[in-house]
Amino acid sequence: MTRTRHSRSRSPDPEEDSKPTTSSSSSSGGGTAMRVIVPLQGVVQGRGGLVLGSVIPCALFYFLQLYLKRNRSRKPPPPSPSSSAEHLPEVPGLQRTLSRAHLSPRGPGGPAHVSGRVNAILRSGDSPDSVGEKKYLEDTYDERSNPDGVIQLGLAENKVGLDLVRNWMVENGRGVMLGDELSISGITNYQPFDGLMELKVAVAKFMSQAVEGAVSFNPSQIVLTTGASAAIEMLSFCIADAGNAFLVPTPYNPSFDCDLKWRSGVEIIPAPCRSADGFSLSVTALDRAFSQAKKRGVKVRGIVISNPSDPVGSLPNREALYSLLDFATEKNIHIICNEVFVGSTHGEGFLSMAEVAESEDFDRSRVHIVYSLSEDLSLVGFNVGVVYSFNQNVVAAAKKLVRFSSISSPTQRVLVSLLTDTRFTQNFIRISRERLRKMCMGFIEGLKQLGIECMTGSGGSYCWADMSGLIRSYSEKGELELWDKLLNTAKIKVTPGSICHCIEPGWFRFCFTALTDKDVPLVMERLQKVAETCKSRS
Amino acid sequence: MTIEIEAAPSVQLSRVADSETHGENSPYFAGWKAYDENPYNEVSNPSGVIQMGLAENQVSFDLLEEYLEKHSEASTWGKGAPGFRENALFQDYHGLITFRKAMASFMEEIRGGRAKFDPERVVLTAGATAANELLTFIIADPGDALLVPTPYYPGFDRDLRWRTGVKIVPIVCDSSNNFQITTQALEAAYELAKSMNIRVRGVLITNPSNPLGATISRSVLEDILDFTTKKNIHLVSDEIYSGSVFSPSEFVSVAEVLEAREYKGSERVHIVYSLSKDLGLPGFRVGTIYSYNDKVVTTARRMSSFTLISSQTQHLLACMLSDKKFAKKYVEINRARLRERYERIITGLRSAGIECLKGNAGLFCWMNLSPLLEKPTREGELDLWRTMLHELKLNISPGSSCHCSEPGWFRVCFANMSEHTLEVALDRIHKYMDQRRT
Repeated sequence: MTRTRHSRSRSPDPEEDSKPTTSSSSSSGGGTAMRVIVPLQGVVQGRGGLVLGSVIPCALFYFLQLYLKRNRSRKPPPPSPSSSAEHLPEVPGLQRTLSRAHLSPRGPGGPAHVSGRVNAILRSGDSPDSVGEKKYLEDTYDERSNPDGVIQLGLAENKVGLDLVRNWMVENGRGVMLGDELSISGITNYQPFDGLMELKVAVAKFMSQAVEGAVSFNPSQIVLTTGASAAIEMLSFCIADAGNAFLVPTPYNPSFDCDLKWRSGVEIIPAPCRSADGFSLSVTALDRAFSQAKKRGVKVRGIVISNPSDPVGSLPNREALYSLLDFATEKNIHIICNEVFVGSTHGEGFLSMAEVAESEDFDRSRVHIVYSLSEDLSLVGFNVGVVYSFNQNVVAAAKKLVRFSSISSPTQRVLVSLLTDTRFTQNFIRISRERLRKMCMGFIEGLKQLGIECMTGSGGSYCWADMSGLIRSYSEKGELELWDKLLNTAKIKVTPGSICHCIEPGWFRFCFTALTDKDVPLVMERLQKVAETCKSRS
Repeated sequence: MTIEIEAAPSVQLSRVADSETHGENSPYFAGWKAYDENPYNEVSNPSGVIQMGLAENQVSFDLLEEYLEKHSEASTWGKGAPGFRENALFQDYHGLITFRKAMASFMEEIRGGRAKFDPERVVLTAGATAANELLTFIIADPGDALLVPTPYYPGFDRDLRWRTGVKIVPIVCDSSNNFQITTQALEAAYELAKSMNIRVRGVLITNPSNPLGATISRSVLEDILDFTTKKNIHLVSDEIYSGSVFSPSEFVSVAEVLEAREYKGSERVHIVYSLSKDLGLPGFRVGTIYSYNDKVVTTARRMSSFTLISSQTQHLLACMLSDKKFAKKYVEINRARLRERYERIITGLRSAGIECLKGNAGLFCWMNLSPLLEKPTREGELDLWRTMLHELKLNISPGSSCHCSEPGWFRVCFANMSEHTLEVALDRIHKYMDQRRT
């Protein structure tokens, strides 16, 4: 699931040294093995286990890498007090208005220390996503006023149902916030930090509606917060300590790098999925990643997945979710499932983790769901995220943590009205899905005409496209070159697979929900020009 | 579907989840529980517990209501449908520029124009709670410490320490000089941290102070600024009560001191502000970080993605606060009403034989009940607190929960109730004091 935010500067773990091959790891040591072996395997043989002929050279290569890596100077991991530098190097490109430029490296003349996290966060400002975002903001496409501007295909700005919501707001907006007596009383004072009960009830009902009644969500298991990022971060703090790790199948939504890791100090250990399997969930990959973590002495606390998967857009089926739950039970770890309901199925077959958790005799206390209302309801300016947990201790802990990210009460009141208007919600769900379906099909077809195949998911507001045929060198570098061409020549901002930690270069995520029907042909036209120049070269 | 209750959950939670650092089991919060169970109500429960432990401002609520009734565009979507589009899709963590400008201008209004604020340096968070925690994440690593003068707001133990893993080392202040911060106390705290091998990353002050209800003088601010410069550490000034100073000339913001110094060393200084106290809108969850340090601004902005204010709320408040006439009027009237309340409670307490620290700001007073203690100890204070809670049915905050170095001081809030309720509370205190004398 994609989160909707401008100027996002998410990148793979910035402490990593630059990698020669596609990165699939944000950890040290064992990750090196993954980086080397799997791409080679992908080249040599698409399926099946390791072939001896590739094992030996891989092993040799692995040891060489390890040797080289050990002898390179390494930066220490961020939350480590003993290694934080007294003075941090100046970050290029920042304005210096009131602050003085202190050039001496140490001592009272230097600037006051900032935490290890800060550098990582500032460095992420140089990631492709940030650069692209900046360009987009400076030169935003507008049908009338700026037809040559950059078109946003990098974020799931859900404009699909925006007009529906807008009309509702115009008709009902005013009275809703101020209430019948046109008064703000009752919403100005301190409210329960985890959200008004009436809103939780309304959200639970809406979530149920969106899954067509397959699950009955319990309001007392809900904690409301300011967006999916806050919800994911909160769960990260609840179930893992700094230095622990989460297993995350790759490719994954780049915002996980921030939400799961930034402030919590928790690591992500990738479990790579491959195009040969349709990038589907692989318990084998998870198991391998778990063992590697164990070898390094890193404690794995949980698995984090998206449903539908982001960026791939596929919907894990019942079996896949069962095996995931089995695996988590066997290892005694948690599962965090980031779900999107309305925008998730314009085809068929969305299955919420909640339904699976309820249906069998699983230990549900390890299952936690994050749901972003704003993702589904085009209300991204309102930023509402839901933590839904089957573990009462996690709910209790989250209720205490949510004081740092509590939703504004007037907003809650508006949402109560919106969500309890069942005529609206039913209509909205139906129409949004229909539009998404059309959009998705149109987009996939358009790409097909250009010779670009997509992983056809029935879920999500994006396409996961294989553009490896258009890249010069089958590498992350080649991919980023294409990404740059797409941004600067075709003027479309897309998400390259490398920042989603995809181990196979050349995949790109296109979010189409920010487009209107008219925009799609324009996008295809621009893509075609780039595609032609790429093909003519090879 | 009900949640299964298991004897021992099979899957483990984190240290943060299990820790007690949220502090909800301390007396500060226990009193709230007693109140929740038996809340005072003028009509239906006149002998219930009166909540005097919650620093909420309800004295100027009518002014807000009046404004909103007259200005419907604030509560709709910016002049109808087109405005809605901008509002709804503005999910950027930079926040609406109109709102940032309005905040900057409101902060200037509060300081009588004696300091200028640049909207580009305003970072939005969902409340000051989030702002303080966020700044701590930025300026300190786990295991580092912030120096905080005592007595301090009990919530700091949670906001500054819980998820951040940062420690608080107290700057001990006492009644001998009205609990003012001294350079000696600063040095002592710093040395204490050093002796425990803990790295100090900053000083966090609240100005006006909670729980003292008093502003920090200009000369003390200068001393603190000199100290933080000398040690090359950060200074966070939590100024959330700055609009609640009874007399505007008595408040000096660290921003003014910096301006006078031509911003020398300002990159170490950060101000926290919120609308929860001054505007009485804690439910809106509006806080800001104002930093003079570019790196901190950039980082805080990105981190604020975890603690966003909805654009609808931003729009509403932007309309209200950029109405300079309204802002000015509100601040003046709010101050006057708070001052009236303060004077009423001080007089009332004095006639019952109870003295308070001389205060000039905030939603509470710092009451000295040390003469009433059986034993001049923390236990003695807690005994007295229990008496106040269970016999007088008044929930007030014991100084020990604020880490006060001297037992017997209590914080008493006066702005979260009607005038009548305040009288009832004072009456109960009178009766109790009379009873004690006989």
